[in-house]
Amino acid sequence: MPRLEGICRTLVFAGGAWCAATAAAFAAPETSKVVETYADIALAGYEDSLKTAQTLKEKIDAFLAKPDEASLKAAREAWRAARVPYQQTEAFRFGNKIVDDWEGEVNSWPLDEGLIDYVEGPYKDVTSENSLYEANVIANPKIRVGGREIDASKITKALLSDVLQEADHVEANVATGYHATEFLLWGQDLNGTDAGAGHRPATDFDPANCTHGHCGRRADYLRAATNLLIDDLEWMVAQWKPDGAARKTLTEGSEADALVAIFTGLGSLSYGELAGERMKLGLLLHDPEEEHDCFSDNTYNSHYYDALGIRNVYLGRYKRVDASVVSGPSVSDLVKAKSPELDERVRKALDVTMEKMEALVERGEGGEAYDQMIGEGNDAGNQAVDAAISSLIGQSKEFERAIVALDLKAVQFEGSDSLDEPSKIFQ
Amino acid sequence: MRHWHVVVAGSLLPLLAAGALTGGPAAGPLHQETRAAYDPSEAFPGGEATSRGSTDNTNAFSHLSANMGFAKELDFKIGNAIFRRQWVTAPSSTKSADGLGPLYNARACQRCHLKDGRGHPPAVGSSDYNAVSMLMRLSIPPQTEAERESLASGRASVIPEPTYGGQLQDIAIPGLKAEGRITIIYTEETAKLAGGETVSLRRPAYKITDLGYGPMHPDVMMSPRVAQPMIGLGLLESVPEAAILALADPDDKDGDGISGKPNRVWSIEKKALQLGRLGWKAGQPTIMQQAADAAVHDIGIGSYLFPNAAGDCMAKETVCLAAPGGGPAKAPGEELPKTLLNLVAFYSRNLAVPARRDPQDPKVLGGRALFHSTGCASCHHPTFTTGANPPDPHLAHQKIWPYTDLLLHDMGEGLADHRPEARADGREWRTAPLWGIGLTKTVSGHTYFLHDGRARNLTEAILWHGGEAQQARDAFAALPAEDRARLLAFVNSL
Repeated sequence: MPRLEGICRTLVFAGGAWCAATAAAFAAPETSKVVETYADIALAGYEDSLKTAQTLKEKIDAFLAKPDEASLKAAREAWRAARVPYQQTEAFRFGNKIVDDWEGEVNSWPLDEGLIDYVEGPYKDVTSENSLYEANVIANPKIRVGGREIDASKITKALLSDVLQEADHVEANVATGYHATEFLLWGQDLNGTDAGAGHRPATDFDPANCTHGHCGRRADYLRAATNLLIDDLEWMVAQWKPDGAARKTLTEGSEADALVAIFTGLGSLSYGELAGERMKLGLLLHDPEEEHDCFSDNTYNSHYYDALGIRNVYLGRYKRVDASVVSGPSVSDLVKAKSPELDERVRKALDVTMEKMEALVERGEGGEAYDQMIGEGNDAGNQAVDAAISSLIGQSKEFERAIVALDLKAVQFEGSDSLDEPSKIFQ
Repeated sequence: MRHWHVVVAGSLLPLLAAGALTGGPAAGPLHQETRAAYDPSEAFPGGEATSRGSTDNTNAFSHLSANMGFAKELDFKIGNAIFRRQWVTAPSSTKSADGLGPLYNARACQRCHLKDGRGHPPAVGSSDYNAVSMLMRLSIPPQTEAERESLASGRASVIPEPTYGGQLQDIAIPGLKAEGRITIIYTEETAKLAGGETVSLRRPAYKITDLGYGPMHPDVMMSPRVAQPMIGLGLLESVPEAAILALADPDDKDGDGISGKPNRVWSIEKKALQLGRLGWKAGQPTIMQQAADAAVHDIGIGSYLFPNAAGDCMAKETVCLAAPGGGPAKAPGEELPKTLLNLVAFYSRNLAVPARRDPQDPKVLGGRALFHSTGCASCHHPTFTTGANPPDPHLAHQKIWPYTDLLLHDMGEGLADHRPEARADGREWRTAPLWGIGLTKTVSGHTYFLHDGRARNLTEAILWHGGEAQQARDAFAALPAEDRARLLAFVNSL
């Protein structure tokens, strides 16, 4: 069960009072060191994501070798564990092009499940203009994409990534990544805003006692999707190694550009992506489909670790899966050197967010899934989600103040010719 | 029942006007900016809103206005999710997203605006590939005094076809028949370029088959339209009306052969005529109205601006009208609530124009000069500065480079759809913005241009220009091959 580390909270709580009193003692760290910490945390986070994905693969191989409810459960647990470090790396999106360009194949959501496998329920009764929404590649060795017949007789990584992913340029055609794997492990969640995740039986992967047909191809799909995920994570780990492109882009560009990249990731993930698309929309609509890890009902953890990832980056401290810690000079230190009060405000805002996220985790672990929390009429659940959204918005505003304090605003819009003063932008 | 309509039937224009092959740029009137020096702001065509995101993958048109601030990213991302949202048939357990159709072209906005990019006509010779990112508009000439009055006052832009409405929906919810299918027959024609090169142009003829609700009106007028790229729309909406009208010359008083006519269309919100800016014929005044119009006609989702749960169903389509709607009991036509429509409109205003890739490449700069000297820039007006009070404050006071005057021009018989829309006649089209056009292949995987995607590349698109653009088109055709390549390099750099 995820818990906010006690030590973090103590540090933040006590640190604020302490640093306000000794402001003059804070010298700014070298920005290059701050950027180095950031890249080190990215590397550690992607390494942990890779390691947990490799464990997932082992569990999936064991499950496919002997498909029963126990081995399926072990695979599902490995999937949940793999989400822990990965979600924390989402703070590296938005600021780093290399991550943004890569991310779609790894974590795209939501997906038209019918592209991959059988589906049931109201979903079946719609005439779709997405010709692939019920292509069901597991059942069909030949499918048509964009009017052309595709040979899908062998389910391979290349079929998934080069043919099916975003086929016909339709974003809902998600064939790869964590959520495709999640769908195969859990199946559709047909419970609406009632309790329960997907209930796919282990026999869906058992050629000897096959349910829903095509068990061999379903196993091939799960294997290929998992192997592709590992390839993708290996590639991203390499980008953050000392000679990796993602690290070099940051260290070889201007220091100001690197700091803008860091804060863009923190602000965009907090505000638009997490508070907005993943949380506010679902709450507005009370729609169980608007749930990020919807097949597994793991959404509250997914949101929690996103928020934790933001905090890691700001504080320059990441607790790895093996409990060791990567830390160093941080953007927090830079802000503190300019304004201890502001740094304290940012830390406090991050602290509030973690509390609100923890409340969602507690509800989730207590048996109230995220799609129930956003359900119509569940006032207490709705309020808990809304409180987390408000805290994310609150911390984004503090990030904006930090950007001002570090004189980074002009850097963001360098080169465009506006009649406006750049300083107006964040007011 | 089969029903044939040939929209484009005009005689072949002389594809090379006499005298155009005299070498060098045409002697058209020099545009005031012909010799203007390169302006560094051209590298950022959307001003501070310009995206610095990657332009080498399919997300190049999906970035947000760079200067919106984190707070607005929340609205943008929610708007994006609604834009992507797949609507379902009412009644359903998904109360917030039901009300699809009953007749529709697509279940989601994103399904036509693929990757926020440009739509395309159905693939040639493919029977199972529906016309999902292209649709067919329908209307008839006014039949009654009331209809004539309605058009003259501008309250109506068209008189819908009496059975099928303003647009053909080629999909229906279960239990209903679709309205019909679009089929295109292309005829290849040859155009000549200086130096002896020839280009094959494909001239489309359209027919609608499998009509689901009986024959169409004998005088039906059809206009095929592919989905427009979504970038920079909020900036175009923010250009001051006076700046656009200053370029208008409907009666060609300056004698340069270029008229430039503003469309005037009915604003449902303001209950008044307003400058038309958006759409292939500038038929919509604002992005809000454009989005609501697309929701009700393309998806069959009503909103407060078009409170029709039955979408584009007409009185004769009784089974369609009888199908259940998805809106709340107190406002049954509002299947898309106002809050969500606002978010979709915000999203649509804020898809960023990408930064130019290599604007100062010598070949590109050479092409830039030719773009002006051949007269392209007469209508593809390079730059505006947005006004002080647009709907999104961060889009104010931006120097932008859209390469459109947002006005209507007679484009000749070859491109005519013979279907008027508000003040636009059957030969007139709005100058299409060119920003981002060089990324079409990257984002959309094709290079089909013009309102119906008939042009298979930029050269074909230019060669289809006629009417007021004939002179510029001929000047292009008369350029030596290397200069044509320079001009195309410039356009592709936008």
